[in-house]
Amino acid sequence: MSEVKIFVPAPDRSPPSNTLGPVAWLRENLFGSISSSIATLLFFYLCFSYLPPFVDWAFIKANWTGTDRSVCEANAAGACWTFINVRLEQILFGLYFASKPEELWRPTLIFVLFFALLLPLLFERTPGKKWLSIALLGVFPVVFYFVVYGGSFGIPQSNTTQWGGFLLTFALAFVGILLALPIGILLALGRRSEMPVIRSICVIYIEFWRGTPLITILFMASVMLPLFFPAGVEFDKVVRAMIGITMFQSAYTAEAVRGGLAAIPKGQAEAAMALGLGYWRRTVLITLPQALKISIPSIVNTFIALFKDTSLVSIIGLLDLLNMAQTAARSVEWKGYDIEGYLFAGFIYWAFCYGMSRYSQNLEHKLDTNRRN
Amino acid sequence: MTERTRIPLHRDPRVRAILVQVLAAVVVGYGFYSLFQTTVDNLVARGIQTGTNFFDEVAPFQIGFTPFFDYKLGESKYIDVFFVGIQNTILVAVLGIIAATLLGFFIGVIRLSPNWLVSRGALVYIEIFRNVPLLLQIMFWNFAIFLPTLPAPKNSIAMGAFYLNARGFHTPLPVIENTTDFAIWIALLTFLVIGLVMFARRAKALFEETGRRLPVPWISAAALIIGGYIFYLVSGSPLSFDEPVLGRFNFKGGGQLPLPLFSLWFALTLYTSAFIAENVRAGIQSVSHGQTEAALALGLSRKDTVNLVTIPQALRVIIPPTISQYLNLTKNSSLAVAVGYEELVAVWAGITLNQTGQALVIIGMTVAVYECLSLLTSFVLNWYNKRIQLTER
Repeated sequence: MSEVKIFVPAPDRSPPSNTLGPVAWLRENLFGSISSSIATLLFFYLCFSYLPPFVDWAFIKANWTGTDRSVCEANAAGACWTFINVRLEQILFGLYFASKPEELWRPTLIFVLFFALLLPLLFERTPGKKWLSIALLGVFPVVFYFVVYGGSFGIPQSNTTQWGGFLLTFALAFVGILLALPIGILLALGRRSEMPVIRSICVIYIEFWRGTPLITILFMASVMLPLFFPAGVEFDKVVRAMIGITMFQSAYTAEAVRGGLAAIPKGQAEAAMALGLGYWRRTVLITLPQALKISIPSIVNTFIALFKDTSLVSIIGLLDLLNMAQTAARSVEWKGYDIEGYLFAGFIYWAFCYGMSRYSQNLEHKLDTNRRN
Repeated sequence: MTERTRIPLHRDPRVRAILVQVLAAVVVGYGFYSLFQTTVDNLVARGIQTGTNFFDEVAPFQIGFTPFFDYKLGESKYIDVFFVGIQNTILVAVLGIIAATLLGFFIGVIRLSPNWLVSRGALVYIEIFRNVPLLLQIMFWNFAIFLPTLPAPKNSIAMGAFYLNARGFHTPLPVIENTTDFAIWIALLTFLVIGLVMFARRAKALFEETGRRLPVPWISAAALIIGGYIFYLVSGSPLSFDEPVLGRFNFKGGGQLPLPLFSLWFALTLYTSAFIAENVRAGIQSVSHGQTEAALALGLSRKDTVNLVTIPQALRVIIPPTISQYLNLTKNSSLAVAVGYEELVAVWAGITLNQTGQALVIIGMTVAVYECLSLLTSFVLNWYNKRIQLTER
């Protein structure tokens, strides 16, 4: 018997170094062609000439501690985050709560509650989403009113003229979003209605508000709204801005929802009709749920736009996040630290908008069932 | 045979539709009527007679920047303020649209660059500028960057004949020396352009017939530059350039963009270009890879593939949302009120409203201007969408 020869394969050769690994990655992505190499070098040049000085100013040499401007004046080469640190309560919660340390729990509680309700909603597998949504959209505003506005349950009433900072921005955006949603849905349904009068009323409403800049609407709300009502009916400045924002936002929400409604195949409504469902049952049970699901990304996009646009109320004199940061940077104690104020406010806006836009992209990706990759 | 069951009247959808519509019309109509009536009553109670008589009153304030209008304090009327406002709005809108389009297309294209760093850089640019409120950006550039850091007129930053300082941006401006000569030049140029258009059509016909291709863009560009210059000399050099010259306090002459306008333009451009860049990226990505592959398989060169297959299809997707961005930019220019650039909302809905109290007329006119622009935009969009609709068999 002869020995059985066992085939022993030669060991795998390692892949050529120019197709795998970091070097290959660099070659393919940074130095793929002459123009690409030039772009890479230019990019590095720009980064090295602008980024280090900025990082140096904003972080390494920055002033973080202290209670007045003497710290920052002693070290003028760095950013003065001391200013933000000292005025943080004012920029986040407005003058009323910043001036009353014993009341600070109120806005803090509101934000903690808001995020506690919102964050679980962002994940797909959270149980009891329905109840959470109801709590966020139905109960939370009531809690907000009683806690922040106060005036009952032994909570002192806060003065809305002294509302401000991020709290005001948040309140304006939240009210705008909350009220605009039902109005927008009704308008979108009206715009697709077969009744010409209803349709034209909705079209005119939507196009009117969409065609006008928000700042004009806010002027209108602050100057003309008192004229629209009989003498004696007084509106608070914040409420006026909320009304203007809601009108504006509802038109944009309506267009987002209409896009979703248009994407639902006609067969859905026809099948519902064949089953004997009337208009409202057909809409509420069949078409609207599907349409809303599709239009969530574009509705979120209108939220982002609104969140940014709330900054316009600073032009009609409300002390929102932007205006509060600017006012603080122009106060006698902190004059000249505008850049820090704007950067801080800008960062907060950015974080929220970027978060929302990533979330909406994510949803879009998930809802897009016929994608190729 | 059973008798057809009659639908009771209140269950007949047609009757109900009519009822609902009549009700809606009455409610809305009455709402408007009572709003209008209360407003007029309220205005009368404040001693303001609503009307347009104030148009002809002399406006008691100065407007600093009126490049297309001879505005004089003490002579110009309120209605002139309205027109100055519109002109300034259009000026910043046009400047912004041009700059934002160029920058936006550039960023959008490099967003898809195979170079990882460049495409990430473009992404960072887009995500920063579109997620921060425009108003904050305008105020940041104006109050935190330009005002404190730009030099005084004496030490202006010079870029050729362009100067930038804390007062604004100064450019050379062509001045018409002789109107008849200028008209002749323009007429000659018009003929040249018509000729070139006809040439381009012939070249296209030739290409479709024989496949021979003429270098139309090169010929046109050369003809425009050389022919334009020759005609310019022939018609007697009707233009001269008015260059900004440093005076005692600031530059005189030339075109002047005051700092608020410059900051507004700068911020509008950065903000809008981020949105346009996203449109461009989405448009280019919307052309499926099969199209490029098919074109290459047919033997088209890389350049022809891009020019004849990718770009025309991408533009279909890019242009409609970009036109909406132009409208947004125009509406956003109303934020000028924060930095004191004298456009429509600032001088008309702001100063004039405060001076006269004619809220109804003034806000109405302001809104009307923007509504017209918005209607115009949607007409252009509808026309374009109809034109580019794919004609399928």
